[in-house]
Amino acid sequence: MKPLPLLSKEIDRRSFLRVSALAGGGMMLGFYTSKLSAADAASVAAGQPTTGATGDFSPNAFVRISPNGTVTITAHKTEMGQGIITSLPMIVAEELDADWKSVRIDAGRHSTTFPGQATAGSSSTPGSYAMMRQLGATARAMLVEAAAQTWGVPATECTTAAGVVTHATSGRKAGYGELVAKAATLPVPAANTVALKDPKDFKLLGTRVGGYYNPDIVTGKPLFGIDQKVPGMLHAVYVKCPVFGGKPTGANLEKIRTLPGVKQAFLVEGRPNLVGLLPGISIGVEPGVAIVADSTWAALSARQQLEVTWDEGRFANDSTASFNRQAAEIGVKPDGQTVARNDGDAVAALATAAKTVEATYIYPFISHANMEPQNTLAYVQGDRAEIWSPTQHPQGAAQAVAALLGCPIGNIKVNIARMGTGFGRRYISDFAAEAAAISKQANAPIKLLWTREDDMQHDFYRPGGYHFLKGGVDAAGKLVAWQNHFVTFGSMTAGRGGGAPTLSPGDGGNLGGGGAFPARYVPNFRSVQTVLETNIPIGPWRDPGHNAFGFVLESFVDEMAHAAGKDPLQFRLDLLATTPLPNPVPAGRGGFPGAPGAPGAGGPPPGAGGPPAAGAPPAPAGGAPAGAGAPPAIAGAAPAGGPPAAVAGGPGGPAGAPPGGARGGGGGGGFGGGLNVDRFRGVLQLAAEKAAWGKRYDRGQGAGIAAYTSMQGYAAYVVEVTVSRTGTLKVDRVVAAIDVGRQIVNLSGAEAQVQSSIIDALSAAWYADLTLDKGRIVQGNFAEYSLLRMPQAPKIEINFIKSDNNPSGLGEIGVPPLAPAVANAIFAATGKRIREMPFSKTNLSWS
Amino acid sequence: MSQYTLTVNGQSRSVDVAPETPLLWVLRDSLDLVGTKFGCGIGQCGACTVHLNGTPTRGCITPISAVGSQRVTTIEGLAANPAQLHPLQQAWIEQDVPQCGYCQAGQIMTAAALLRDKPQPTDADIDSAMAGNLCRCATYVRIRSGIHRAAELAAQGGAR
Repeated sequence: MKPLPLLSKEIDRRSFLRVSALAGGGMMLGFYTSKLSAADAASVAAGQPTTGATGDFSPNAFVRISPNGTVTITAHKTEMGQGIITSLPMIVAEELDADWKSVRIDAGRHSTTFPGQATAGSSSTPGSYAMMRQLGATARAMLVEAAAQTWGVPATECTTAAGVVTHATSGRKAGYGELVAKAATLPVPAANTVALKDPKDFKLLGTRVGGYYNPDIVTGKPLFGIDQKVPGMLHAVYVKCPVFGGKPTGANLEKIRTLPGVKQAFLVEGRPNLVGLLPGISIGVEPGVAIVADSTWAALSARQQLEVTWDEGRFANDSTASFNRQAAEIGVKPDGQTVARNDGDAVAALATAAKTVEATYIYPFISHANMEPQNTLAYVQGDRAEIWSPTQHPQGAAQAVAALLGCPIGNIKVNIARMGTGFGRRYISDFAAEAAAISKQANAPIKLLWTREDDMQHDFYRPGGYHFLKGGVDAAGKLVAWQNHFVTFGSMTAGRGGGAPTLSPGDGGNLGGGGAFPARYVPNFRSVQTVLETNIPIGPWRDPGHNAFGFVLESFVDEMAHAAGKDPLQFRLDLLATTPLPNPVPAGRGGFPGAPGAPGAGGPPPGAGGPPAAGAPPAPAGGAPAGAGAPPAIAGAAPAGGPPAAVAGGPGGPAGAPPGGARGGGGGGGFGGGLNVDRFRGVLQLAAEKAAWGKRYDRGQGAGIAAYTSMQGYAAYVVEVTVSRTGTLKVDRVVAAIDVGRQIVNLSGAEAQVQSSIIDALSAAWYADLTLDKGRIVQGNFAEYSLLRMPQAPKIEINFIKSDNNPSGLGEIGVPPLAPAVANAIFAATGKRIREMPFSKTNLSWS
Repeated sequence: MSQYTLTVNGQSRSVDVAPETPLLWVLRDSLDLVGTKFGCGIGQCGACTVHLNGTPTRGCITPISAVGSQRVTTIEGLAANPAQLHPLQQAWIEQDVPQCGYCQAGQIMTAAALLRDKPQPTDADIDSAMAGNLCRCATYVRIRSGIHRAAELAAQGGAR
């Protein structure tokens, strides 16, 4: 592989194509002007596009057309397998009428020129869709105008298709490449004056397009962070205290330095403030011991002989067993630290209900288990640094390194590597900061590699939780009472990462479980929360909050349906047919504790999703009991069906905060709106119809149904299972109904995300389980942390509903309803109710 | 450190490394063949799968001293030449199998051995052969169909 130049403006690799946005694409559309230098802003004001030295035409920072007809489209978001760096350029190409075969994608560059590059919260598609269309349409309009002027014909008589402008009347045609010289002399029209296509004329969107880098992936090209190399690079490993928050007090460094291949070994003091001044952006470095060697193996094998003495801190006695005991004591009480929602009188209604059900639902801490362990190549030189990092949040990584070096963020060049999965873990770039700290101290370019054990034992985890539920139905089988005491975890130590997933009272897209369905449809409803203190880092895990709430809520709805003697689908439809109680989220503003995060990441409003504003207020260190000090953040309570809230950062919530994840465990999607009954009912009914809901199964077989809304989307599943008499579970078939609005961008990618969500959710529900003992995570590798393998992968059928709503993201919404649909199917098959994840803990044998 | 001469993707390559160095790190660090991935280091995930004399082998737990004269084939050497991809590579592109792509080299190397031994595998054959290869994106459904498609392509005369 070709070595990468250091601290250069050019990275001569396909994934880091040589396209300098500011140099070559001086014509930015209006909504980037705030990010432009004075000179660039002047260029915008003058209305002159620029041509690069190559004679390219570049009407904006995202589109460049060469005289040979090659169209280069920038993908500014980060790629972790969700397909975004293929699908966003497809949107541009559609409006541009480019020939997809002539399109080259420019990915992997971090630049403050771009709107928010942080990639999280299923926000890329909803936040970029309209903008990408305008970018493509603007370029197309200029090419058409160039042709029209050249030919002396009205632009309105010209048409475009597959990279060619045609004037039918005169029979003239010109390829885009032939028009670039002329187009580059034309003023750039204002984005909002450019006509967009009628979606019925789309040719590319909605079709199946393979991932742009597939040819490189299947031939083993160096795309990932772990693959990066520079001349003189050394290899580093970093050993941190197994107890969260501990630090080394000494190590046998003299011996380590004598081992083969070891160049340096040293303690890193670290910066214990893992969150730093901005929520969700780790700018700290955990203290630890670094070993720097001339090869990966030399570093790893030296590590085997490393002996460290630790100051384990005050959390060394934390354990899952102790948390379970505390939760059980707390959860039986009807009152928690905070009340998320309180309608009617749940306690009284439970006392008079015809039938009540009481249940405790439990789920564990789980790891993201990114396929590619965390890593970063960093080269610090004085007060400047260049990093190559598999990060979901390039700005956050730059911020972290800049904070470490005490230099301006502009001194940090970030090359965004493809990620071997993300799932929210790589939103927090602690690994980048560590690599920079080691490079600085070693005074050399180093590639830091975490082992699998490092990765599993130093994650920002999906927090465990306990829900103590009571429900009641009246004599007619109507759900009249619901009580939920949610006990979860918060990192309440000053500066530790992650807040608790928090219940919010509102429902719809920005719920945090407190106001989720069936809230508003139950007259006596009470949802309270208590947070247990821990020092375990908590972070966003694919559909934060919702991924566990879905299991709890949709399982317990199923329990209540059976208590009512009703079909579980009909029970839900009957509830939805009633008039809901008001949604307490005031329109136009959020501010409920526990709805951390807004669609700032990549949101379409000007400035939203940009680099965190320098003046963003500091996060509270420490925290109030509920929500671990999560600041009242921008819940984004836009009217139903409206665009994502344009609020770019409320108190403590900088633009660019991840939806639902800024403070960690995350309360939800934060996109606002309320539960849209039609969409919710729509996915339920379609899944039921496609799966022939209501059919009879043999004993040991059964079907379950569940639906959930998050991240602006709606998902429902009917799952069919077979459970053997000895208790072996087989998930036979998953029938999905998905509503992410009126337009599927890339059908292949969309289906892939649903398939992935289903199987990943099944993996988490069935197997994933971390336990804590003596303040440390017990499991370290895949031998102890089981995940789903191919033999357990079910058959999947996917049905999309094209509702008349703006397109929204698909990477996460498929997760929450999967586990309850499976658990409900198991109940139908066996009569055994699963109330704990992982399901593998429950004996499913029947007779 | 010791001198080893390996046959990697048909070429003779010499390296000077410690005898216990896993083949994975020799490939990645010494020979610049980074298509083979590190996932767990204990042979549990399959991301490091390469062929030794055609047999799928976990590179992360195979010391270089154990390789000897066995032919090493990696993802970079699976295709006869860049213009003629292996049927699995073609099928992976055609059916858009990869998501993040990190595990796919290992998946393809494991599948290649399966197809050599069973040119028309059943779903059960595939599940059994591929169970050792973890995919965190959970592309399993498409890996299954991709292997079937590759079998078709191979039956039609391989690369087209």
